[in-house]
Order: sequence, then structure tokens, then C-alpha cells
Amino acid sequence: MRKVAVTGIGVVSAIGLNREEFWQSLAAGRSGICPLEGIDPCRLRFRNAAQIRDFRPQDYFEERQASVMDRFSQLALAAARQAVADSNIEWSPELRRRTAVVMGCGVGGKETEEQSTHTFYGLASDRISPVAVVKGMPSASTSWIAMDQNLHGPAFTITTACASAAHAIGEAFWLVRGGRADLALAGGSEAPLTPCLLKAWESMRVISPDTCRPFCRRRSGMILGEGAGVLVLEPLDRAKARGAAIYAELAGFGMSSDAHHVTQPCPEWAGEAMRAALEDAGARPESVGYVNAHGTGTLANDPAESKAIRRVFGDHTSQVAVSSTKSMHGHTLGAAGAIEAAATALAISRSLIPPTANFQEPDPECDLNLVINSARPAEIECAISSSLAFGGLNAILVFRRAT
Amino acid sequence: MKSMSADTTQRVIKAIAKVRHVPPESISPDATFEELQIDSLDGIQILFELEGEFGIDIPDDQARLIRSVRQAAEGIEILLAAKQSSQSGAPS
Repeated sequence: MRKVAVTGIGVVSAIGLNREEFWQSLAAGRSGICPLEGIDPCRLRFRNAAQIRDFRPQDYFEERQASVMDRFSQLALAAARQAVADSNIEWSPELRRRTAVVMGCGVGGKETEEQSTHTFYGLASDRISPVAVVKGMPSASTSWIAMDQNLHGPAFTITTACASAAHAIGEAFWLVRGGRADLALAGGSEAPLTPCLLKAWESMRVISPDTCRPFCRRRSGMILGEGAGVLVLEPLDRAKARGAAIYAELAGFGMSSDAHHVTQPCPEWAGEAMRAALEDAGARPESVGYVNAHGTGTLANDPAESKAIRRVFGDHTSQVAVSSTKSMHGHTLGAAGAIEAAATALAISRSLIPPTANFQEPDPECDLNLVINSARPAEIECAISSSLAFGGLNAILVFRRAT
Repeated sequence: MKSMSADTTQRVIKAIAKVRHVPPESISPDATFEELQIDSLDGIQILFELEGEFGIDIPDDQARLIRSVRQAAEGIEILLAAKQSSQSGAPS
């Protein structure tokens, strides 16, 4: 089987509109969480989100194109173009035919959907936009990336709530490793900061009234975010042959289903997904120096995830640095697995572990080797990016320093 | 504090019964949520029903303290009293 390299990274997030801005924020422990714009604060009980303030569609797309894309597709395509440019890939007709696009998306085109719903029910108007269907479909981002880059290989969207992008990257990785594709653009995007969906999250009572403090005793919930991340994946030998800059090897992918509860996490099966991913990578737990945790900052997730990490790493747990970058870019749901995979690959390549920001006080229930509030230099051999979705759908990616 | 009204307790029981899909008679005013096998997903639905039923907002930090029918009814009476006093403009 071929080894697979990450040779391009594109990120659009609340802490940076491109890979380098994103990384500089992570390295500085700078959070992008701030008061939400676009909804009447009187109608929402929480105030803050990781919202992208300075993304101007007209900087990326012609008006005509932007008008037929929901925000989640705009973010995805912007990230995909960055990733492709970053990889310096030279397209040939054969390579375009053999390139896959696999994206994750948790909630689809909510902006479009909520506007249509408002028109029909709120305004009692029968004039629903003729492009509501193609804007709203969760697979639209994949289609736009394929069309924009003229790519004809396997292309599909995976939706597994908060693990969508990790599943997408994992499946794309397997396509490239197994020779079904010679290159892949893989990642995820989400634009979930729409009024009805914000209210639905509010009703679930998992959103923090102030900020996201993963693994902290004073954590009070998650903070929603929007964004997109895309990785360019290609065979390691080909990447080397063309002299590409390689961030890391994507070495393993593992998944599991808790088959337990629609919201309560289950350490046993999250741990099993980690084990499966390490086995897929041929990596010993002792080779793992960093876990980019799912770390939502909810009361339920963080202790359960801590238990899962302990189950897998045993006595080595104290040697594994753990952080949750959601404390900075928020929980971007279907994009989270991609944005965090980008953070993990960058951590390996820059030999620096981004911290859990906003941390105040240790929690005995989250007894891990946490990197808190400032980044920690470290030579990392292997690193894990964890995604543990509602409904118990777990996806784990293992990255390794490229040699 | 005033003694709790039976009416509040009955309305709490009704909300729980609706979410749990059980007859209200099967729920004792002395029952804990654990005894009623109420999990976190039931919990958020019950809070939602109670907010609608009583026209109040139950903040997350207070919601987390509710572990029984009685605690729910007591908490609601406090929130109702606070709402009433703020509406009548009386000093709290």
C-alpha cells in the first residue's frame, strides 16, 4: 500500500482566513470567539460564537457565482483553492480524472434553508428561490470544488455530524492509499450560525454563556463556530518525486460507533476508534506525542474523552500532550475534523503544539497532560486528531512526521 | 418561602409524563429523576416543556441543579415569583 502525504492546506476560520493566519493564531493561543452578529441578542440566551467577520465572497467569486452558493459552499471553495495553490500541484488531464473530492458537512445550507422557510411560513409568500435546492444540498460544496478545479474522480459528501470532515478525510485517505485515486481534496465546511439553528443549539443547553474552556473545571459548554478546511492528499513517493513541501504523512484512519446514546459519549468506543486508527497507521501508542482532542468544553464530553485517551495510552498517557483548539476556532461541526486535522498536521510540521486557550483550573476528571494557554515546542513523531460526533459516530486520524 | 402549590407540582408531572410518554399518575411528586430514568436528552426536553408551560426561562446553571420533581417545582415557583415581581415593578 502507498503512503499518503499532506501537501496542501487551506483553512478559512474565525482565527484566520488562510493557513498562515490560522496557524499564527493557534501558535499565539488567540481565540476568535466574540459576540455574535446577525441575530437579535434579545432572542438568544448566549452571546458568543467563533464567527468569521472578514470573509467577503466578492474577494473570491464573481457575484453571479456567489449568489448561487450557500455560505458553507463559499467557505469550502475558498479553502479548497488555497489548498490547491499551497500544494503547487501541476494538473494534467489524467490527474484531474484521478483526483477525488470528499467533503464533510454536518448541517448543509442552513442560510438558504432558513431563508426559504421564512419566506414560506413567515412571509406567507409562495416565492421560493429557484436555486434554494442547489444551494441547500449538503453535497453542494463537493460539487463546487470539483467544478472549480475540473476534477473528475470519486466525489461525495459525508455527513456524520461533528465527525463529518474526519470521516471525509479518512475515506479520501483510503482512496489514495488504495490506489483508487491519485490525489484527493478532502475536508469539510460548515456555516451553522443561522438564527433557527442557534436557537436549536440553545435548547440543547450545551452552549457556554461565555467561552469555550475544554478540560477546565470551569468549563460551561461549547462555542459554535463556522469555517472550512481542505487538505491535499497524494502518494508520498509522488509528492517527493515532484519536490512538494510535505506537512506530514496521513498514516491512519479508524472509526467506530458507540451504539449507545444520541448525545452521551462513550469512552469505550471512542477508545476503540483510536486503537483502530493507530493499528491502521501501524503506529504504537508510545509513538504518539500529541492528541488534538475533540474537546468540546461540554460537561459530558471532556471527562469521557479523557477516559478514552487513558484507555488507549495507559501508562503513556502522561507523555501525550493534549489540547483542544476548539477553544480558539470554536466547534465548527462538520468542518471541525478538517480544521483540526490542519492544526494537527501543522503542529507536526512546525514542531509546536497549539494550546487549549481560556483554561483556568484543572479538573480531576480530565487528568491529562494538557497544553494550556500557550503553545509548547515539541518534536512529534505521531499525532492524533479526534472527532467524536453526536450519535456516537467516532472518526480518528493519525498523522506522522514525514520521513 | 411559601409552601409549594399542588398545581405547580401537577403541571411539572404533566410535562415529565409528556416527554417520557407515561401516564401522569405513574409519577410520584417525591420521585427523583434517577428513579424516573430521566436521561440528559429527556432532561432538556422536560426543561423545554416547563419553560413553555410556565412562560419562564430556566437558566442552564439552575437547570443543572434540578434532580427531582420537587426540586423542579420549587425552582419554578422561585422563577415565577421573580417574574411576577419584575412585571409589577416591585423591589426584589
